[in-house]
Amino acid sequence: MTIDWAIVEMAIPLLAVGTVMTLKIASLAALFGLTGGIGLGLVSLGGWTWARWLVRAYVDFVRGTPLLIQIFIVFFGLPLMGFRLGEFWAGVIALSINCAAYVAEIVRGTVGSVEKGQTEAAKSIGMTQGTILLHILLPQSIRPMVPALTNDVITLLKNTSLLSVISVYELTRSGQAVIASHFAPLEIFALLAIYYYAIISVLSWVSRVIERRLPAW
Amino acid sequence: MTNGTRSDVAPPVPVGPLLSVQGLRKSYGDREILKGISFDVIAGQTLVLIGPSGSGKTTVLRCLNYLEVPDAGTIELAGEPIGGAYVGEPAHWTPLPEVRLALQRRKFGFVFQRFNLFPHLTALQNVAIGPRKVLGLSRPAAEARAAEQLARVSLEDHLHKRPSQLSGGQQQRVAIARALAMEPRMILFDEPTSALDPELVHEVLDVMGTLAREGMTMIVVTHEMGFARRAADRLIFMADGRIVEEGAPEAVFSAPREEKTQRFLAHILNR
Ligand SMILES: Nc1ncnc2c1ncn2[C@@H]1O[C@H](COP(=O)(O)OP(=O)(O)OP(=O)(O)O)[C@@H](O)[C@H]1O
Ligand SMILES: [Mg+2]
Repeated sequence: MTIDWAIVEMAIPLLAVGTVMTLKIASLAALFGLTGGIGLGLVSLGGWTWARWLVRAYVDFVRGTPLLIQIFIVFFGLPLMGFRLGEFWAGVIALSINCAAYVAEIVRGTVGSVEKGQTEAAKSIGMTQGTILLHILLPQSIRPMVPALTNDVITLLKNTSLLSVISVYELTRSGQAVIASHFAPLEIFALLAIYYYAIISVLSWVSRVIERRLPAW
Repeated sequence: MTNGTRSDVAPPVPVGPLLSVQGLRKSYGDREILKGISFDVIAGQTLVLIGPSGSGKTTVLRCLNYLEVPDAGTIELAGEPIGGAYVGEPAHWTPLPEVRLALQRRKFGFVFQRFNLFPHLTALQNVAIGPRKVLGLSRPAAEARAAEQLARVSLEDHLHKRPSQLSGGQQQRVAIARALAMEPRMILFDEPTSALDPELVHEVLDVMGTLAREGMTMIVVTHEMGFARRAADRLIFMADGRIVEEGAPEAVFSAPREEKTQRFLAHILNR
């Protein structure tokens, strides 16, 4: 078989449009997912019993159901609840909800594994649970959390491709559009793979730089 | 009053011991570690607690400030029961909520065997964070207090170093300053020098000796018998979850009454 280079050349700028959308969605969802997940993780470590229980149930639900189903639930559920936000925000929300659950687990695991003596020393000077979490345990956990959080952001980025099913014009969807009009699936899918790979390589590199820059004691 | 003259000197308030421990018991699983421990500590005095490994010394200290919840017994600091209160009619023991417990904990300083400094904070921040986040002092006030306490342990030249940049002896002195900055009623030391290189032991013991002379109330678990001789007002020998012998250090050292004490002292003094 031969590669149709003309189609490849034509597709490169078209896919760039989808890339911008993918980056937009991924950035927003990463922002909400990380902040929400850190908050939920802290609640599951130090909150009231009922709040911990709610976070547990939330994490369980997200981990126990396919993302595709979660996307559909948000997409069809939001309008029923009176929110007409469109497929872009439905996608951002679905991915944020999904990401936050995994981040919460990472935060719980990492913060929970800080050496026990730290909590005891903090208690011995009269600190309460919330203060200990915020000022003693969380700052010590940030650096060890970076690799796992990067993984989650990478997964999130790949998961944006699932939003093509609710017609969000992101990278995968833009590729499908080219395939539909020019029928060159192999070229386009290979090109899509390269695009994703490039974005993720940059992400990994940024994460390594961040990890190196963060203070180690 | 008995002689009928009025005195403008207030009658002495009947003071009991600063700390009073009665019948302290603690089990882990079905192993009883503390089998009924009772003792008093008088304000301004230093009590040294010795005993073989596993006898329950650390557990006693941890129960005092409720890092560990005792199964039975009472702890009173200046007349205030620690960890709970008797409420209702008839009165029954009700554990304090975590926030109230935290208020009581800060009345005890605790110095750990392995220092347990906060590695992400400088020496100054390690000492200031309590006054700042617990006592609610402003940052300048908290740091001023921290600098003062660090000077007290001769670390005024190391304020901005992190624990990893300090020697073990220096780290332990930061830990002592951290406890002092909370202005505790008493300080509990759990083998404060046993994680230190031998040549660093004296600098920590010197600080503790000075504190004792200045009138700080302290309970010290240690294997440093020289320190016990010099600084202790009272000595307790524990074995197997019980107090075996108790008295003035000189008396216990020179004429131990119990055979267990004799054997332990012979062992530790001949090391
Ligand atoms: N959290 C725990 N769970 C189970 N067992 C424990 C726990 N903490 C302590 N123990 C046990 O209780 C016993 C007494 O421990 P403790 O640390 O109080 O002794 P110690 O007198 O301080 O000894 P050492 O001189 O070695 O420090 C030990 O046998 C120990 O294994
Ligand atoms: Mg011990």
